[in-house]
Amino acid sequence: MKPQKPTTLDFEKKLDQLRASIEKVQSNATSQDQVSKIEELKFELEAQTAEVYATLSPWQRVQVARHPDRPHTQDYIDMCFSNFIELHGDRYYGDDQAIVGGPAKLGNHRVMVIGHQKGRDTQENVRRNFGMASPEGFRKARRLMKLAEKFKLPLITFLDIPGASPVLEAEERGQAWAIAENLMEMAGLKTPFITTVIGEGGSGGALALGMADRVLMQEYSVYSVASPEGAASIVWRDHKFAPRAAEALKLTPSDLLKLGVIDRIIAEPTGAAHRNYLDAARLLKETLTEELDSLRSRSVENLIQSRNAKFRSIGTPTSNPSGLAEDSVVS
Amino acid sequence: MQFFKGTKKPSHAISDLWITCTSCNRMIYRREHEDNLKVCGKCGHHGRLTASERLELLIDDLSKFEEIAPEMRSEDPLGFSRDGLDYPDHLKRYKSSTGLEDAAVAGTGFIDGRHVSLVVIDFRFLGASMGAVMGEKVTLAVEKASLEGVPLIIVPCSGGARMQEGMISLMQMAKTVAAIRNFHDQGGLYIAILTDPTLAGVTASFASLADVLIAEPGATIGFTGRRLIEQIVKQKLPKDAQSAEFMLCHGMIDLVVQRNVLRDTLINTLDLLAGPTAPKNSQAHTSLPETVQQ
Ligand SMILES: [Zn+2]
Repeated sequence: MKPQKPTTLDFEKKLDQLRASIEKVQSNATSQDQVSKIEELKFELEAQTAEVYATLSPWQRVQVARHPDRPHTQDYIDMCFSNFIELHGDRYYGDDQAIVGGPAKLGNHRVMVIGHQKGRDTQENVRRNFGMASPEGFRKARRLMKLAEKFKLPLITFLDIPGASPVLEAEERGQAWAIAENLMEMAGLKTPFITTVIGEGGSGGALALGMADRVLMQEYSVYSVASPEGAASIVWRDHKFAPRAAEALKLTPSDLLKLGVIDRIIAEPTGAAHRNYLDAARLLKETLTEELDSLRSRSVENLIQSRNAKFRSIGTPTSNPSGLAEDSVVS
Repeated sequence: MQFFKGTKKPSHAISDLWITCTSCNRMIYRREHEDNLKVCGKCGHHGRLTASERLELLIDDLSKFEEIAPEMRSEDPLGFSRDGLDYPDHLKRYKSSTGLEDAAVAGTGFIDGRHVSLVVIDFRFLGASMGAVMGEKVTLAVEKASLEGVPLIIVPCSGGARMQEGMISLMQMAKTVAAIRNFHDQGGLYIAILTDPTLAGVTASFASLADVLIAEPGATIGFTGRRLIEQIVKQKLPKDAQSAEFMLCHGMIDLVVQRNVLRDTLINTLDLLAGPTAPKNSQAHTSLPETVQQ
């Protein structure tokens, strides 16, 4: 659910001051002068917000993607879908609440929706492990993918995970195996499949729900091989270099579109999704519906073939001499 | 073959003759260590093998190894640079110290006379991190195995993702797994031999999806690295956490096999699952273990 008390990022502070002055004038507005003053301030706020968000650095974008007020999977399920029934459990060990999923309706389409789920407050974050999924979560997701395939429900997933749960218990229960099995499932999943990064697309834990026919990103989401802090401690040997790592990793939607890693960017309202849930949800729903209509017109064989061909081609070094080298016999 | 020409840095005579076991810290005579397949004679610690040493251990005849895409190298898709060191220059350093273009070496060869498609991975090359070259070579080897209808043997090793290739690195997980799914759907046999260390995106993609998972003793196997787990949970992990033996105990792998019987175990597994090969003039350098002949 939407937060009670909004959080303000550093670069949002001057916007918050404007917001405060609007509220102040509004609270005792009586004359026509004050009403037009409010209009003026609102216009100013809109313009400044657009300006601030037009020039965000990659590191600032990471902050927005992680914004505690940003809509999460369940928020979009509530706003874009109807008739959702959450299904639980992996049938092996437990029910990981860092991943939610179940059948629902998107307009007139019956679909399966699955996503990483962060918590809104401390209590919920403990329950959901800050969205850091465990093997049980990935296995629940796999069970729901199979269910989608069986009942010919298109699959829609939302990615929003800092990273897969980094604890020994997750290792014991096969974190890597659970992720790998999901990838293998998705590589041949016989149903149309759309994924959207809605916040933090964190590494293998994100990809574990994201090997889709169409890979979309919301405008202020990020998708990265590692957290900027993690990459900084590996490459720069100090996590304090995270802002530089965020720059170098090319984790923004526009960079990833250029690299061919994603297929489309979904616009967000001015000031990003956390400032305007309804418009963010509307833009997301419109895009999902349009993409789904287009995927449904194709055969599943064709979808799987082009799904795998797409991932097959990402980043293939061109120095590859047409695949297998003929002259490589060892002498 | 290029990876044989790995340049050895000149060093003092003493360190040429003796090495220190990284596990028990005892001094070992280098020749003895190498004759013992880099397994410590005192504590049994399995030292890391280079790509060429691994090939030599597993296949019949190195001269019949046909390498796939030996020239392939990383292309710096992100234009990555750290403190003035550009990624292509960074790679050149590793090339000159290892003689390799990348950590992964793929190709076809014979194991006890059986034609196989094979990938071995060398930790010395940038910690065997997975970038587009490793992803592509693994995929080509899987596709070769599919095409020729031969077993696939992969000897994974990886410290994690190749940060310098960002999301291109992550996408290699999807690429390799799609090829492996196709191979499995066709009924192909895939055996993986997990070596120290096999972590992160490599474990969470092609490495763990084999029909039979063998590991070398003491190899670190897992998803999240020990250092990060310890940072997050703010306590030291038990020494054996994420070891091959730990993973065996938790049901994640099939076998932990000593290096001196690794090839025999591999041959036996191939025979049992794929059926015996037609008798051939193979140049096996170890004897066949007793297997039931049809
Ligand atoms: Zn030792």
